[in-house]
Amino acid sequence: MLELSAVNSFYGKAHVLNDLSFTVARGQVVALLGRNGAGKTTTMKSIMQLVTPRSGKVTFQGRDITGLATHKVAKLGLGYVPEERRIFTDLTVLENLEVGRQPARDGSYTWTTEMLFDLFPNLAERRGNRGKALSGGEQQMLTIARTLMGNPSFVLLDEPSEGIAPVIVEQMARVIIQLKQEGLTVLLSEQNLHFARAVADMAVIIEGGTQKFTGTLQELNDHPEIRDAYLSV
Amino acid sequence: MGLFIAQLLTGLANAGALFMVASGLSLIFGVTRIVNFAHGSFYMLGAYIGYTLMQVLPGAVGFWGAILLAGIAVGLIGMLVEILVLRPVYRAPELFQLVATFGVILVVQDLALMIWGPDDLLGPRAPGLKGVVRIMGEPIPKYDIALLVITPFVALGLWYLITKTRVGILVRAATQDREMVGALGVNQAWLFTGVFALGCGLAGLGGALQLPKGGADLLMDFNILTAVFVVVVIGGMGSLPGAYLAAVIISVLNVFGVTYLPQSTLVLMFVVMVLVLMIRPYGLFGREEVAGEHGQVGEPERPIKPAGLQVRLLVGAGVAALASLPLIGSNFTQVLATDILIFCLFAASLHFLLGLGGLVSFGHAAYFGGGAYVSALLMMHVNTPMELAFMLAPIGAGMAALIIGWVCLRLTGVYFAMLTLAFAQLLWSLVFQWGEFTGGDDGILGIWPADWLSGTTTYYYFALVLSVGGILFLRHVAHSPFGYALRAARDSERQAEATGINTRRVRMLAFAFAGMMAGLAGGLFVFSKGSVFPNELEIARSFDALIVVFLGGVKTLSGGIVGGAFFKGVEDVLTRYEYWRLAMGLLIIFVVIVAPDGIVGTLRKAAERFGLSRKAEDEA
Repeated sequence: MLELSAVNSFYGKAHVLNDLSFTVARGQVVALLGRNGAGKTTTMKSIMQLVTPRSGKVTFQGRDITGLATHKVAKLGLGYVPEERRIFTDLTVLENLEVGRQPARDGSYTWTTEMLFDLFPNLAERRGNRGKALSGGEQQMLTIARTLMGNPSFVLLDEPSEGIAPVIVEQMARVIIQLKQEGLTVLLSEQNLHFARAVADMAVIIEGGTQKFTGTLQELNDHPEIRDAYLSV
Repeated sequence: MGLFIAQLLTGLANAGALFMVASGLSLIFGVTRIVNFAHGSFYMLGAYIGYTLMQVLPGAVGFWGAILLAGIAVGLIGMLVEILVLRPVYRAPELFQLVATFGVILVVQDLALMIWGPDDLLGPRAPGLKGVVRIMGEPIPKYDIALLVITPFVALGLWYLITKTRVGILVRAATQDREMVGALGVNQAWLFTGVFALGCGLAGLGGALQLPKGGADLLMDFNILTAVFVVVVIGGMGSLPGAYLAAVIISVLNVFGVTYLPQSTLVLMFVVMVLVLMIRPYGLFGREEVAGEHGQVGEPERPIKPAGLQVRLLVGAGVAALASLPLIGSNFTQVLATDILIFCLFAASLHFLLGLGGLVSFGHAAYFGGGAYVSALLMMHVNTPMELAFMLAPIGAGMAALIIGWVCLRLTGVYFAMLTLAFAQLLWSLVFQWGEFTGGDDGILGIWPADWLSGTTTYYYFALVLSVGGILFLRHVAHSPFGYALRAARDSERQAEATGINTRRVRMLAFAFAGMMAGLAGGLFVFSKGSVFPNELEIARSFDALIVVFLGGVKTLSGGIVGGAFFKGVEDVLTRYEYWRLAMGLLIIFVVIVAPDGIVGTLRKAAERFGLSRKAEDEA
């Protein structure tokens, strides 16, 4: 469904991604693993075309999206949940969801605010509150809910478990599994294996912008030396 | 009591047009972060277009239809300007768009002159609303009552649009994080265009609405601009209720001012603004600015380096050429060269503040004109010897800058810029309205240098030594520990503070120093011309300096000087033609679009590309 082939991305002169190539098949949950600064966020941004790759190709549903305007990428059905949450703090929960709303798309699940409030009951109670009044975990849920309002067929989740309480991390894992059951394809980035183990089918490990491992989580479990070399414990 | 009520009502009626223009500006700034200097021009266009339409369309329907159509037409013109002029420069350094909007002002001024001619146009009266009604015995024009009723509806409509509709929600979201809005599938480019068009349309509507009260003339763009800036800043950038309240405050104050303190109406407005900002630094309804977090991402600043041998030789050759100018050039050339030198020093002093300190002052003319007026006033009132009066120009300007800087530096970003503008305007209105002391509009004449300096060539050398000396001194300070501290405060305030730099003090000193050098330029100026007028303190003069610095290149040390020479030189050629503003405006827009790094920055990049000069990163 999504394919990266030999993607190279730069920030000015800094070469951040080096010949990255991997595929995410429809219905899969793929974990992009690596330490801080490995290039996970840049990979996400290169898919969304927030960072335009200098060479290589990003293909989504058979269409080359390299260099496309970000809003057009989103319109194709790619939903992006950024790392730093970036909710609109001056807008209420409902208004935040409204910003994300897009018309229904063929072949993807169609969300309504009420369905999302079922998925994230905490948000339902706070629908009239401004974004800045929410806790970190609630903000994280709101970013995901906001992206789902666009009825994406593919979701990019940048470090969804970063900086939130363990009980919410668990809830997040349940949500991702549920999304997978609804037929969504997910690429999520993580620093540690724990969360990925709970939700992902496949793993891609990057270090210094270079791909170090691509395979199933079972294979990764069978080779603890890979985990020790490239991931935080 | 009757008079009081009548004046209150007049003030409220006047607030209508002001609110519409100000809310448009506020809206545009809130979303696009562009301070649209051309906003007054859209207001003027609204008045002219409304006037023409009223000639064509008959009756009451025609009158109100003309107002509405004028708003729509100006909105469409705004859309065109956004697409053609602003879109190409969104990625340019922050505030660079200012210069582009200034180019638009010049273009609109000449187009209006071409189409509608130089004479003031008297606005038609509204059909059916020609008389007055008596309220407690006082006559109130019926049209004022109509305005009183209309304005709240426009305000409510806007409020509804922004708070209740999807478009409004998207606009508010984009105000905070435009990139994220794009990542959620919204075409933010069109959102920007839409907001800009709406803002301009509101300005046009305001211009057409005030036709029966004020008519249309070619000065109305700048005349409204100051009031609008004041309103937006008092109300809080981006706040609609704030803009409404502030428009009412300013208009009512103005009406009462005219009755009770006719000599100080202009001053009053700025005094109120300064007072409000000292108590509520971000305006009545404004919130603290946290701009740029996910907004524009520019290239990192390049380190500046001391001049190498090549540059030194080049500068030496340049100075030598300037020094030998009297041998070959005519009197006229020397006068022009003196003008250019003085202007370069003025621009370099602003560049010091802007480029090295990151402090965008919209009111730098205060110190240039201030210095000139210090000398002139001393000569006129207390017969001070010329030499002493001249030396007191930079000192007086520096002291003024120290005081104004002390107040303004409590704020940052656009609010800082606006407050500096307010102080400059305060100074201007003081000089303008305090006729007995300053000569008012007539200026001060007969301020000539001492005998030993009076020849054109002698004065040219005098100006050459002091301007070049001043510019070299500015450069020298840039490379001193003080200059390092200033740049550190610009790049990272917190880091600088943590290193032990008192950033506020450093900035204040830089502000005073820049003011002093501008004052020196002002002193040189007044004795070269023999006279000084209030327009040396005007917004337009401050804008000249800003344009020059941006055109020359903010991020280069020599930007101010090259820009100054270029600007003055071009101006000298262009002003010989009737429609020079049009040409100048188009030239400015052209440079902004083609060379967003400024003249020096672009030349440097070109030189690097062709291998004539090494890149900054390659040196270690």
